[in-house]
Amino acid sequence: MTSIELAQASNAAVYATMIVLSIAMVSFAVSFALGRRRTAALPQRVDVLQSAGSTVVIDRPEPPAEVPLEPGRRAANIGMSLTWLAFFTLLLGVVLRGIWAGRVPWGNMYEFSITAALGILGVFLAMSIGRDLRWLGLFVVIPALLTLGMAVTVLYTEAAQLVPALKSYWLVIHVSAAIICAGAFTLAAATAGLSLVRSRLERKAGGADVTGWAARVPSSEKLQTMTNRTIAFTFPLWTFAVVAGAIWAENAWGRYWGWDPKETWAFITWVVFAAYLHARSTAGWRGDRASWIVIAGWAAFIINYFGVNIFVNSLHSYAGT
Amino acid sequence: MSNLTDDRRDVGPVDEPALPPLGSVGLLRWMWRQLTSMRTALILLFLLALASIPGSVLPQRGTNPLRVDQWLADNPTSGPVLDRFGFFDVYSSPWFAAVYLLLFISLIGCVLPRTRLHWRAIKAPPPPAPRRLMRLPMAEEFVVPGDVDDVLASARDDLASRRWRVRAGESPTANGGDGSCWVAAEKGYSRETGNLVFHLALILVLVAVAVGGLFGWKGNVIVREGSGFSNTLTQYDAWGGGRFVSPDALAPFSFTLDTFTVDFERGEAQRGAPRLFQADVTYRAQPTDAGEPATIQVNEPLSVDGAKVFLVGHGYAPHFVVRDSTGSVVFDDTVVFLPQDGNFTSSGVVKIPDASPALGLNGLFLPTATLDDVLGPISTFPGPDYPAVFLSAFKGDLGLDAGTPQSVYRLDTTSMEKIGLESLLPGETWTLPDGSGQVEFTGFQRWASFQIAYDPGKELTLAAAAVALGGLMLSLFVRRRRIWVKAVPSAGGGTLVQVAGLARSEAADLSDDIRAMVTHLESNGPAAERNPG
Ligand code: HEM
Repeated sequence: MTSIELAQASNAAVYATMIVLSIAMVSFAVSFALGRRRTAALPQRVDVLQSAGSTVVIDRPEPPAEVPLEPGRRAANIGMSLTWLAFFTLLLGVVLRGIWAGRVPWGNMYEFSITAALGILGVFLAMSIGRDLRWLGLFVVIPALLTLGMAVTVLYTEAAQLVPALKSYWLVIHVSAAIICAGAFTLAAATAGLSLVRSRLERKAGGADVTGWAARVPSSEKLQTMTNRTIAFTFPLWTFAVVAGAIWAENAWGRYWGWDPKETWAFITWVVFAAYLHARSTAGWRGDRASWIVIAGWAAFIINYFGVNIFVNSLHSYAGT
Repeated sequence: MSNLTDDRRDVGPVDEPALPPLGSVGLLRWMWRQLTSMRTALILLFLLALASIPGSVLPQRGTNPLRVDQWLADNPTSGPVLDRFGFFDVYSSPWFAAVYLLLFISLIGCVLPRTRLHWRAIKAPPPPAPRRLMRLPMAEEFVVPGDVDDVLASARDDLASRRWRVRAGESPTANGGDGSCWVAAEKGYSRETGNLVFHLALILVLVAVAVGGLFGWKGNVIVREGSGFSNTLTQYDAWGGGRFVSPDALAPFSFTLDTFTVDFERGEAQRGAPRLFQADVTYRAQPTDAGEPATIQVNEPLSVDGAKVFLVGHGYAPHFVVRDSTGSVVFDDTVVFLPQDGNFTSSGVVKIPDASPALGLNGLFLPTATLDDVLGPISTFPGPDYPAVFLSAFKGDLGLDAGTPQSVYRLDTTSMEKIGLESLLPGETWTLPDGSGQVEFTGFQRWASFQIAYDPGKELTLAAAAVALGGLMLSLFVRRRRIWVKAVPSAGGGTLVQVAGLARSEAADLSDDIRAMVTHLESNGPAAERNPG
């Protein structure tokens, strides 16, 4: 392939991803709309202890066999399949971009953004292996689609070489960690947001089953547990990303920490999530308040990503326009 | 279930909304308890996040003093007020320090008692089996062949081999106990250990940062090609050091900038973006050493005598030869011009107090010169494709004798008279119209700016951060959990076994531990009839 063809193929893959994701989004939305009449949440696949016959069987329950697929579930399944497809087309787009540029595809905001969208989808799909996350699909596909939309409209940049400050293997380490964090924080914000909505509806229902579309998402308590697990995984990774960034900064600028706006917001993000981890075990701060802290931490992450790169004069302003 | 699993409140101070007691000792203890409570820690963390924000919005003296001055000039009313409260120096302001110092005091007050408790918990045996084991959220009951002692010994060995802390015991028959024998086991102590290590390592990070701040120093210097630099205070353009640094005893290294190479993107995309900076230097760790060649690049500093020399910027230094009205050469040197934009439109001044009359030049150096209709003379590419200078000449009093320090990059023209304006290509000479002399633009050199830093705390900071990260991962990934195995002779022969577990950390799932124990006990003999309990 010639260079021009590589570039066009990468762009085509990104656009194809957006089309596939749009259809996935519609499928997930439809599955919510069609699920309206159900009153209980879908059965969760979880490990349970179960006795059968004379011996004790502790096993994952088989998914109930032969249950006819209701239309909502079929739509959600289509959404899941399309999300997988979108992940691979986007992966192709990112890889082709890297081949074209002859380096890691993380040289400017466009490339960061398409990779971040890949991170969002990747973390979601990885988590969906072994558990039923179809209900979460809509809330993952939308941020991924928005990120890609920003990338191809506002942030698009022709591939070019890296500015010297970005030529470092710490870049690869730091950015890949940060991109996984982007995906995982987004997911955590989605489950935290859903748990806020759910808990409001649960309070309204006053002990009765929640009805409507929210019946399809797990209980607020389950959502909070999921958020908690996601953050417990992501917080050390984010800590690592910040430390790797500091090592890189020391190499490039002669100080590991300089309160540059980008560094400051990375710190703020870190502190807010540390506060979340504390809130889990502080009387009066569990539940909804903790969910709000997750959303605040995610907001700090997003401010750092878009706001600081684009609007603030910082050493890290490599928006590349 | 949450009230069972959540017994982590037995570590760390309890949040109890108590009223302050009377009496000064009581009041002090009350304040200490408040300060070291989880809620206070949470609030202080929020405050720390909030307090960090203004420094990312307002320009800061530490990183950008010129923009601070600009901001103050643009906002004559709010500027000084903000300045007074340290908003242009947020991260060294007293209120920022107050927040993090309180947080760390709270941290110490929180972690020390927890360390003591945890130490005791590690040494203590696991707690005895609860009386009604089957009431626990995860429990199993079944019958296996063999007698009670064998079953329990087997359970005990299995647990010990999987690194559980084990204790065997017998329920008392008094107080309604059933006199059954049990094995209690606990695992995952490293969760709390990790948590404590993490918090303690944070203190170490703070200490290491402080060491760097007190004993470290940092300076900036601009060096022209062909010129040298030696590490003494007077050679720096800017220098700052910690309280315990003696500025006149800096390491006596020196270097010469032999050549400086830059390369810019020429393709359509990101045209003009930098691609390569490279400084080739010859350095000496001691004045008497033979010079050693080295290359400094962005991301590749030079380490010398504990300090590191970083390449942080570069620019152009046009060369001028100036003759005064008598025709004698009064100036013959390169002058550092500072870049004003991404295309290196650079400005600088030449001051010649010894000429008669005293002369001053205000100039622009354009590596690729164009005359824009609106913007005037401007450079359109950072590389020297078509270099030119635009000069305006002044004569009269340069104001150098007034005693007020002057910037070398600004000409004070208040008591000077403008002679004229001219643009020159390399090799061209401008004869000043009023006969004050001649200015020749002979060519240009490059300069590189270096940040030279010595931070004795940074290795410690990194080590502490690594320890913190390790502790954090233990604390978040390890599950603290207990299981109990209780055995009594079964009425129909064999032994009735109960296995139950209790997670001590949030949302921990014990089914795999219990499964392992059940499988182990069952595979140690032929499966027996299960007692439906
Ligand atoms: C510099 C400030 C602090 C930071 C960055 C910080 C950070 C963290 C983090 C990330 C965790 C989660 C790890 C885990 O869940 O085991 C944690 C847990 C904890 N922190 Fe802190 N902390 C700070 C100060 C404090 C203070 C002042 C206290 C005492 C009041 C405290 C008490 C605790 C306790 C008891 C836990 C365990 C909570 C649990 O197990 O869920 N921390 N801290």
